Amino acid sequence: MTVYSAPGREGSLMSYRDRYDHWIGGEYVPPVGGEYFENVTPVTGQPFTQVARGTAEDIEKALDAAHAAARTWNRTTAAERAAVLNAIADRMEENLEEIAVAETWENGKPVRETLAADIPLAIDHFRYFAAAIRAQEEHATHIDNDTVAYHFKEPLGVVGQIIPWNFPILMAVWKLAPALAAGNTVVLKPAEQTPTSILYLIELLGQILPKGVINVVNGFGAEAGKPLASNPRIAKIAFTGETTTGRLIMQYASQNLIPVTLELGGKSPNVFFEDVAARTDDRYYDKALEGFTLFALNQGEVCTCPSRALIQESIYDSFLGDAIARTEAIVAGNPLDTTTMIGAQASNDQLEKILSYIDIGKAEGAKLLTGGGRADLGGELTGGYYVQPTIFEGKNSMRIFQEEIFGPVVSVTSFADYDDAIATANDTLYGLGAGVWSRNGNVAYRAGRDIQAGRVWTNNYHAYPAGAAFGGYKNSGIGRENHQMMLDHYQQTKNLLVSYSENKLGLF
Amino acid sequence: MTETTRPADRVALTPAAGAFLASLRRRHGELMFHQSGGCCDGSSPMCFADGDFITSDADVLLGDLTVTGPDGDFTVPVWMSRFQFDYWKHTHLTIDVVPGRGAGFSLEAPEGVRFLIRSRLLTDDELERLEAAQL
Repeated sequence: MTVYSAPGREGSLMSYRDRYDHWIGGEYVPPVGGEYFENVTPVTGQPFTQVARGTAEDIEKALDAAHAAARTWNRTTAAERAAVLNAIADRMEENLEEIAVAETWENGKPVRETLAADIPLAIDHFRYFAAAIRAQEEHATHIDNDTVAYHFKEPLGVVGQIIPWNFPILMAVWKLAPALAAGNTVVLKPAEQTPTSILYLIELLGQILPKGVINVVNGFGAEAGKPLASNPRIAKIAFTGETTTGRLIMQYASQNLIPVTLELGGKSPNVFFEDVAARTDDRYYDKALEGFTLFALNQGEVCTCPSRALIQESIYDSFLGDAIARTEAIVAGNPLDTTTMIGAQASNDQLEKILSYIDIGKAEGAKLLTGGGRADLGGELTGGYYVQPTIFEGKNSMRIFQEEIFGPVVSVTSFADYDDAIATANDTLYGLGAGVWSRNGNVAYRAGRDIQAGRVWTNNYHAYPAGAAFGGYKNSGIGRENHQMMLDHYQQTKNLLVSYSENKLGLF
Repeated sequence: MTETTRPADRVALTPAAGAFLASLRRRHGELMFHQSGGCCDGSSPMCFADGDFITSDADVLLGDLTVTGPDGDFTVPVWMSRFQFDYWKHTHLTIDVVPGRGAGFSLEAPEGVRFLIRSRLLTDDELERLEAAQL
């Protein structure tokens, strides 16, 4: 067990600056408007640094730097770019604990997750795309004996990326790694709730990245996000967030005729078929109970949070009883303590939203089985944003089953048979993630194919390895991250259609 | 002084939200809401300059809020995607404003406040009247 010191305090592995400017052209650049906003740690609710409040003028400066860098970076070889991505991964690995502490302080998530998941996954993501770009082959098509169609992959140029607050570094890396691997330069707008851990990381990377290849402009969506997303000087926009902003970004992209990738959330079903409880004394049953409880991972602030648990009637009472016990064993505490399992929600706004949904659930007649309130952890953590892991029982038509709460709240209902399970699982606007639990491979396979979601975890949940495509059906978005196919979203295809014949067509 | 003029509708506004809309309108011109769903900042009423978000047959106009502000009356339409409306049609929404930080591209975020939805289920009587009026 380790308890890390808070950033900036005695014994801490890292400290944040008192103030952060934008990162443009490889250096800190003050905001044109001269204004800053406060960044609060959700661990205690206290501000810990100030951050530049970007506007359209800052976005233009960042785009100037990105376009200047693109002239060189766009023409680097795959081998050169792979070497840079691998060097980034190595530097991150050497500083893993520091980055993990920085991320926990900014976002509120437990440090055991940043140490074991967020940062290692980000490191591996750079390595995956370093490998993918080296291994990418371009194609030639033999059209006829004298004609060959060559297909070359070219970078788009300069791309815009807007990042969410739930995994500030990992979500940035999901977008940065394929964009850089493909040879693009980037202007990145972090979430205003978590604007600085990415800057801490970029500072650590030092001179590994050529100047202007990654530029970071912070600020509010209306003031900095919109001028980026609607800018005619970007060749593509990538966004993770909610549906209205996703549509708005796509509208801006349509006006500039540029491609867009969107990851827009979900209300993921986690389906437990009756044979899960065929035995209750083995490791599989234990794993399934953990699978249920993963709704509390990252405080439920995951687009694929398994926030609807569907349990077959014949095992409903016994399985749910065991699941409640497992949920009540979750250890809340200081997010910087490696034994803490659930940390703080990322912002006060998010805390209030979750508590309001708990009220909505009660008002709708859902039955509260455990949790249901704010958690006061005492000391300076009293000012932090902690919520008890909460289980509701109700009907799939209720709002707590249909709207994404983005907190440690799961809504549980039962199903009679296979068809009922699939119908309930698919009765949602979204289709990002799902879980299927069965000891019968045939049932698990069929359910996985019948559920309309881009990722169906089968006898596991919440794994995000590079190499497994991740993205949404239905209202959950467009595109597939976490896989080499994302390179296609950051590349143009150049076709050279070449004639090796001396013979004219004979038409003119 | 602010109030909604159609209290039997699907949407309403608190006085505080009305007063704040009047100040936003002085800076940004005519306004609109689109209710978001899903993910980090979802389930919030997003406030935009009217027309910045392009609505279509994919959306439902929940109502036009009439706000009486110091510069006179003005109207703020409230929209929601049709898919989402199917799940929300039994819900009455009141837009309020509280200290905090709005999200997405919503116009209030830099002002240290955020709009939020306070909701209740519509009564059978209200639903009948809304259906009769095809609202």
